[in-house]
Amino acid sequence: MAEHPLATGASTAIAAHAVATAATASAATGASGAAQGPTPSAAGIEARFAVDYAGFRLDVDLRLPGRGVTALFGHSGSGKTTLLRCVAGLEPAARGRLVVNGECWQDDARGIQVPTHRRELGYVFQEASLFPHLSVRRNLEFGLRRIPTAARRVRLEHAVALLGIEALLERMPDRLSGGERQRVGMARALLTSPRILLMDEPLAALDHRRKQEILPYLERLHDELDIPVLYVSHSPDEVVRLADHVVMLGAGKVMAAGELHATMARLDLPTAFTEDAGVVVDGTVAEHDDHDHLTRLDFPGGAVWVQRQPVALGRRLRFRIHARDVSLADHKVEGTSIVNLIAVTVKEVVGADSPAHVLVGLDAGGTALIARITRRSSAQLGLRPGLRMWAQIKSVALLG
Amino acid sequence: MPTLTGADWSAIRLTLELAAVSTVVLLLLGTPLAWWLACTRSRWKGVVGAVVALPLVLPPTVIGFYLLVAMGPNGPLGRLTEALGLGLLPFSFAGLVVGSVVYSLPFVVQPLANAFEAIGRRPLEVAATLRAGPWDRFFNVALPLARPGFVTATILGFAHTVGEFGVVLMIGGNIPDRTRVVSVAIYDHVEALEYAQAHWLSAGMLAFSFVVLLALYGRRGNAGGGVG
Repeated sequence: MAEHPLATGASTAIAAHAVATAATASAATGASGAAQGPTPSAAGIEARFAVDYAGFRLDVDLRLPGRGVTALFGHSGSGKTTLLRCVAGLEPAARGRLVVNGECWQDDARGIQVPTHRRELGYVFQEASLFPHLSVRRNLEFGLRRIPTAARRVRLEHAVALLGIEALLERMPDRLSGGERQRVGMARALLTSPRILLMDEPLAALDHRRKQEILPYLERLHDELDIPVLYVSHSPDEVVRLADHVVMLGAGKVMAAGELHATMARLDLPTAFTEDAGVVVDGTVAEHDDHDHLTRLDFPGGAVWVQRQPVALGRRLRFRIHARDVSLADHKVEGTSIVNLIAVTVKEVVGADSPAHVLVGLDAGGTALIARITRRSSAQLGLRPGLRMWAQIKSVALLG
Repeated sequence: MPTLTGADWSAIRLTLELAAVSTVVLLLLGTPLAWWLACTRSRWKGVVGAVVALPLVLPPTVIGFYLLVAMGPNGPLGRLTEALGLGLLPFSFAGLVVGSVVYSLPFVVQPLANAFEAIGRRPLEVAATLRAGPWDRFFNVALPLARPGFVTATILGFAHTVGEFGVVLMIGGNIPDRTRVVSVAIYDHVEALEYAQAHWLSAGMLAFSFVVLLALYGRRGNAGGGVG
């Protein structure tokens, strides 16, 4: 980390913690480096939490990347919001250890518990939770004015432009729409120049149209921010559209965690996820066919044709192929209406959410695909690992 | 037609002074107490809440009696004030303020506690994520958001102090210019069969109280809630 705003003396308490962490980390690696594996690098998030409530227990131990969007995904009651609140220090009962890009914010073994207001984080709540007694401008300035001038890396004008709220500055929060309020909430969080951005289902309280209105701003944040974002969501669509990494939570435990594409292509996820199983692929716009109104998206090992997209050649487009939209044939079928046929190798066959179906893990020469077919078809085709097949892709869901 | 005497005007001035001073003291004491009641998960919350509410149900004479004993030469408060060189509080303006504060405490603490509770934890959590420390959160988020509660508490605290009688009589006596407030003056007039003056003062109190309550209940939405 080249630049460390805290070193300027903004907050001696945390600076002391950070130094203490570094010292202990090197001592630990020196003493038992072999047992601990690779030396923990300063980048990345280490989050270990245990918290007990009546009828609910969160118990997680995560290593998350130090940049990009990590989605905390799960159904309600899975503990994803509690985990986010633990990171923010808003769950005083939580015990554990939290290190964010080299800064220790909590380590109960050493009696460290940095209070929320000394953690350099931005938090976007599910309801924007703007201060009703302050104008939009005063809301935005609330956090900005509370950080030292030297630590301000995001300018008011920049955040306002990024989220398109120039026209709202002098209004009171009760004069804003839900979508506008949420955008102000995001700008307000950004203006504290956080080291990590925590977003708790920022779109959940909005209707479909408002969601579509905000998603482009979120994608812009993703592209422009150089800080890690933890994004809580129960919507697979949002996750696959925005996330680089995903943590799937269920009943307070981590069910799966990892890079988005790899994790979505896993077949061993709990049944709750397999009914909507499918892979996420990042394709490159390679060709436009203006006669048939189609666009070709290339990806490692194959290509798909989709409806003509108003996007320049060379741009990347993320798309999703649901397992239920993929069927298999043992030869390249002629005379079919299906446009997208891809040569694949069978990797594994596992049970699906219904006893009549199986999920087939496929490798299209570098890109993973999943097919959800009947158990009977699987038997008739004699599917086994290593078998060469043709995947017929009925539809491709473009994201964003 | 007989109108108010100089002594009556003096009683009115004293009453307003007492109510003003008591209200200021009540807000200073009541705000942290209400904040604690609204935020705490301590098992003492119920006990403290009940003690604060006692003046609502006790006869003023009981409160006045115990305060008189406590502030007397052999009471703990009396010993303290004498040790501090303040003398004894009974039958003084300061004693009246102490009595009024105890007597009107629930009328200030309860609206404030209700207002703080109505804010909920969320705005304070938001403020914490925006780098505001505990005092910062209290003064810049909790206090402004509890404003309706403060208006209610101020009005009720002032009006209730103006309207007290029993406690004042017990610990203040009836010393012109020092402890004789309007309610006591009315009592005097009635005892002396000076009904005309009793009428003037009583009608004044009636009008004052009505205007105060109208201001309270007439406010749009009556946010912040009243007592109880």
